[in-house]
Amino acid sequence: MKPIDHAEASSHFIEAKAHLEFHDRRLWDLRVKRDRQAHGIPEWEELRNLASAIKEHTLSHLADYLEEFEARAKNNGAHVHWARDASEHNQIVYDILSAHGAKTLVKSKSMLTEECDMRPFLETRDVKVIETDLGERIQQLDDEPPSHIVVPAVHKLRGDVSEVFARTIGAEPGNNDVHYLAEAMRRNTRPYFLGAEAGMTGANFAIAETGSFVVCTNEGNADLSANVPKLHIACIGIEKIIPKFEHLAVFIRMLSRSALGSPITQYTSHFRAPRPGTELHIVLVDNGRSQRLGMKDFWTSLKCIRCGACMNTCPVYRRSGGLSYGATYSGPIGIIIDPAFDIRKYSNLPYASTLNGSCTSVCPVKINIHDQIYKWRQVMVERNQLPLVKKEAIRIIGRVMSEPRLYRAAISAAGLAIEHLPRFAIYNWLNPWGRQREVPESARQSFRSWYLENRRRQ
Amino acid sequence: MTSRDAILAAVRANQPAPAPPIPAIPLFERTSRSLLEEFQETLMSMGGKFAPALDADGLDALVRSLFPDAAVICSATPEVRGTRALNRSADPAELADVDVGVVRAAFGVAETGSVWLSEEELQVNALAYLAQHLVVLLDPARIVGNLHQAYRDARFKTARYAVLVTGPSATADIEGVLIHGAQGVRSLTVAMVSLGYEGTPEANSPNS
Repeated sequence: MKPIDHAEASSHFIEAKAHLEFHDRRLWDLRVKRDRQAHGIPEWEELRNLASAIKEHTLSHLADYLEEFEARAKNNGAHVHWARDASEHNQIVYDILSAHGAKTLVKSKSMLTEECDMRPFLETRDVKVIETDLGERIQQLDDEPPSHIVVPAVHKLRGDVSEVFARTIGAEPGNNDVHYLAEAMRRNTRPYFLGAEAGMTGANFAIAETGSFVVCTNEGNADLSANVPKLHIACIGIEKIIPKFEHLAVFIRMLSRSALGSPITQYTSHFRAPRPGTELHIVLVDNGRSQRLGMKDFWTSLKCIRCGACMNTCPVYRRSGGLSYGATYSGPIGIIIDPAFDIRKYSNLPYASTLNGSCTSVCPVKINIHDQIYKWRQVMVERNQLPLVKKEAIRIIGRVMSEPRLYRAAISAAGLAIEHLPRFAIYNWLNPWGRQREVPESARQSFRSWYLENRRRQ
Repeated sequence: MTSRDAILAAVRANQPAPAPPIPAIPLFERTSRSLLEEFQETLMSMGGKFAPALDADGLDALVRSLFPDAAVICSATPEVRGTRALNRSADPAELADVDVGVVRAAFGVAETGSVWLSEEELQVNALAYLAQHLVVLLDPARIVGNLHQAYRDARFKTARYAVLVTGPSATADIEGVLIHGAQGVRSLTVAMVSLGYEGTPEANSPNS
């Protein structure tokens, strides 16, 4: 498969000026709100340390905690299934549905089911799948993946949503009123909640000591999906385990504050056992996680709680949009997760970063995201996954940098070149950096020649 | 080998060297403010409505005055009669036409403005989601400071279903415009009503 060309894909995003401007502003606004919440809690940094310690402890004892979770969940009356990969996950879900004669599935947002590409699998087997999160539903109806893990349709403006709803759910064409659009979705979805034979949720956390799992939403759509139909299926990545309820407090205090800048999601729902007369099925999914656990430089990416703070703060993400990453997970966290799924396909992603480190400083579980991005670049070089232009450029730079004489000659030549070369020699396909911006004016004099002139004499 | 055993074996083979045990989680208690004041402020910041202290006698009238057009009022509390009895064993979808649901929370959390509900308080879990509006009774003496204190409550470990509800159903998925009543209730009102008695609400419920 051809590698995803993030720079090329972003260029389309950047062309839509109004979208780009809104996207950048909306996500930065979430970052500002996140800061306000974080600064309002004196123990914020202590919480981050605790969250990181809880996750590192749990991941390093994960097998034991998984067994504990499974035993408790079974004891609670839940059915527990294990899926090695996406296709096994999809088959398990389908088998549960067909054993219950379920033809309609209402579901809340789950990045795991996106990762497994579950919807098309079920739809080709005549199961109607209804996403019930507004943003996720918009993306489903428009046949696009989510562009952000928390706000799936953040790259769309109200006019786009209006067009999608008019085309798919009979909304009034040209009505761009946001309240109207949300109400149209509510009215369209309600009958599915009442009639579906099965409901599905993901999980933000799973608690070993009780076999419970926790789902956080603002719309209450997970609670509707789980509390109306007689069958509830929960799909859970194996890295979501934490030991105890007292640990959950640390994460719940930080999750929505980091994600949206609100103190908590409107609904934080804890499922332990099925309602009387109903069934609860839990599918524990590996899909590459156990392998990632063994990667010395990258296993801590499994600490991620999917808050999206790293995406909101990332200047590259805000100006390129989630879809340009061509992957389930986008932004800084995507860059360090995606190559573990497919190194060739995602070989360019580690370059979609300025390595400014902002992602690392907002991460509530203290993943060293920008270090891992840098380390993935090294892996790409070692595995010979570098695109030719970058490879040549790096080879030349390497030679020049290792020889002071060559370096000095190159610097003075570059200054002259930028000043005097015609535009086509600088702003061409070899230099994607120059596509949306001007190369800065170079200093009149290099530091070294200034130093030689001024300081040597003293 | 079953998938279960294969996954557990792969995890065991790959998991990193044991990280240190988890330090004790402090309660991070702060006592500078009134819990009730903080609860009211955060509840309202999350889009919830706050109804100040009331005695139980005025509750039916209060619910009626808040929702004069409501045809179906369904209460899971002994304090409010409502217009329709709640049938614990009915199909949840039968609640689709409820205008106002009334429940009593076991406790509230000042830090987040949340109220705690489980299948005991809700009787039918879907009541809190299928109703158009929800009124929650809360004893002002039962507000804890923060989530660390809340999660020490043993009922989290015994409830089949427990939820921290904070304000009404909300979304900002279209251009960040805040909408109340995304999929669940359009409004949430928390009314301060002291428990006039000791014991669980269920023991006094008309259905038991």
